[in-house]
Amino acid sequence: MIQKKIREKAKELLEKKMVDLIIGFGEWTLPLRTTPIFVRNPKEVDHLIWNSFCENNLSTYLHKFSHFKVGIVVKGCDARSITALSLEKRFKPDQLYLIGVPCQRMVDRRRVKKAVKGEILRASEQGDQIIVEGEDFKTALKREDFLYSSCQVCTHRTPTLANVLVGDPVEEIPMTETHPDIKEFEKKSPEERWKYFEKESSRCILCFACREACPMCYCEECFVDSSNPKWIEKSLSPSDNEFYHIVRAYHQTGRCSGCGACERACPMEIRLTYLTQKLNQNVKELFNFETGIDAETLPPLSTYETEDRQEFIK
Amino acid sequence: MNLKLDKKDLKPFLQSLIDEADLFAPVQLAEGVLVFKKIDRPDEVDLSSSNTQKPAKEVFSPQSETMFRYEKAGKQHQVTSTEEVERKRVILGVRPCDIQAVSLLDEVFLGKEYTDSYYLNNRNATTMIGMACGHPLSTCFCSSTGGGPFLRKGSDLFFIDLGESFLVELLTEKGMTFQKSNFFKEANTEEISLAKAIEEKALKKTDTSVPVEGIEKRLDLMVESSFWDRVHEKCIGCRVCTYLCPTCHCFDIMDEALTHGGQRVRNWDSCLSSLYSQETSGHNPRPTNRERTRQRIMHKFNYFPKNFGRIACVGCGRCILYCPVQFDIRQAINWTSAKRLKLQRGGRSTNP
Repeated sequence: MIQKKIREKAKELLEKKMVDLIIGFGEWTLPLRTTPIFVRNPKEVDHLIWNSFCENNLSTYLHKFSHFKVGIVVKGCDARSITALSLEKRFKPDQLYLIGVPCQRMVDRRRVKKAVKGEILRASEQGDQIIVEGEDFKTALKREDFLYSSCQVCTHRTPTLANVLVGDPVEEIPMTETHPDIKEFEKKSPEERWKYFEKESSRCILCFACREACPMCYCEECFVDSSNPKWIEKSLSPSDNEFYHIVRAYHQTGRCSGCGACERACPMEIRLTYLTQKLNQNVKELFNFETGIDAETLPPLSTYETEDRQEFIK
Repeated sequence: MNLKLDKKDLKPFLQSLIDEADLFAPVQLAEGVLVFKKIDRPDEVDLSSSNTQKPAKEVFSPQSETMFRYEKAGKQHQVTSTEEVERKRVILGVRPCDIQAVSLLDEVFLGKEYTDSYYLNNRNATTMIGMACGHPLSTCFCSSTGGGPFLRKGSDLFFIDLGESFLVELLTEKGMTFQKSNFFKEANTEEISLAKAIEEKALKKTDTSVPVEGIEKRLDLMVESSFWDRVHEKCIGCRVCTYLCPTCHCFDIMDEALTHGGQRVRNWDSCLSSLYSQETSGHNPRPTNRERTRQRIMHKFNYFPKNFGRIACVGCGRCILYCPVQFDIRQAINWTSAKRLKLQRGGRSTNP
């Protein structure tokens, strides 16, 4: 139903020439996944699909299409990224048309893969189940047990500020209050926390997939690419890797929508969202601010008030 | 004579390798994340999981490789060479795709005009123990690119996993030095025929349909094609496909200077990064992702064949599996075929 409405809306937008292209999700070669597609011809809107494998945050492409009028399929988190980017003046008014999809929460393909023996060749959804098939097996898994951590804690599944919603708003109740990785992290002593962070970042190969997948990482020159001043070396070294991961996370403070695109992009499966989501949690507690909920309030670290808390100044 | 290594003897065998040489083998860093690493203890080695994320190329051309160190000693400067490889090396558990890729790296680093001494020393010191690929994935297309899951070429020894044991083949002079190894026993005919059966099954599984034949000529005509306007669109410009590619070999040399010394290091570089082609003036001849994606495809399937007569892709499928947005190089290859191009010109949105 949602898929049909996405196609109808896309067709209308393209036919009326309200947008130059639609960015949405399409089917591609791997099971448990979809791929970003770019539709310009109203006759091709049937390539657009919707299911629980639409994991990418498509708003990262808006930087690439900054000179076009773009229709874009967005989940709650993607819409929040766009609002945050709008606050940073990345778009002209009316440049974007947001086709908002109230999100059912996305399936963590890696967890599904690890739950079965053998290669998954086909995957589909049936009600609340994911059916995965391989050469000599066919298994039904409970969809609910295989959702991304970032999706489990999401309380903004219905896109805010979308131009149109192609489904009924969903109840905004998180499946779990605290991000599972944060829960684990908080149980640790400072030394153990550092060890965990060290272990995770030690796998980093500096491919910067986390950065490129993130819609909020659009600096003209990323600090890691700067040679004058040189903030980090280009070689793989534990301290430089750690420095990159800390700064990347901190740069997201008050800007991260918690979509989890960084973690999904990482080929080395480095845990990343426990850092950014923890920062989100802090920003909410300290400043009562959540990224991308309204189009007026600047993120706390982009502005100041004379009443700002200052007990941390000693 | 066919030999075998019982799996119960694997650990002592690995220990004997560690005692004699620097052993490199697949290690699991996190669940399902594997790389080749120098082994300290036999139980670190993981030969039962799927192929490593990072390819075996890093044993020969490490992601970060120190070329020399220097330090101030009084008024003098002292330079320390890092070219020598002091110990013999063994790499175990390398899949045929990665071994074929090393033969492509040989073309570059051990070419007619120039020999890279760092690479050469790493190569010469290393005995390669190949591991047959009994369970190729659906993303594997080594059989399309001139390889195969049981290709022996390039291995000194070749292991085939039979479940309880490995069938062992000694293929080169370096391999023959293991002939008298206490750990290898004679394999019986049943084991040999089991290995054959596994091989036949694996061969049937890999994709032979990716049309790489003639791709160099096809791409000759496509440098300015509108094909590239669309083909790059979904690429977000990270370096996953190039860093995890067993044949990508570009590097960037940097000096890392501290007050009293420093080192010259070469690090893997990626043509998908904007910095790769950025000139000192600020001009960038490959200003957008379009040109960078074209470079990646052209280098593998046009420039490399022009220079060395072979394509620089071994069909390992890593770039397909680990791409955050599912850029599928098989489809990019497909679309270079004339029939597909016509479709594309007809306005179809192409996007591998």
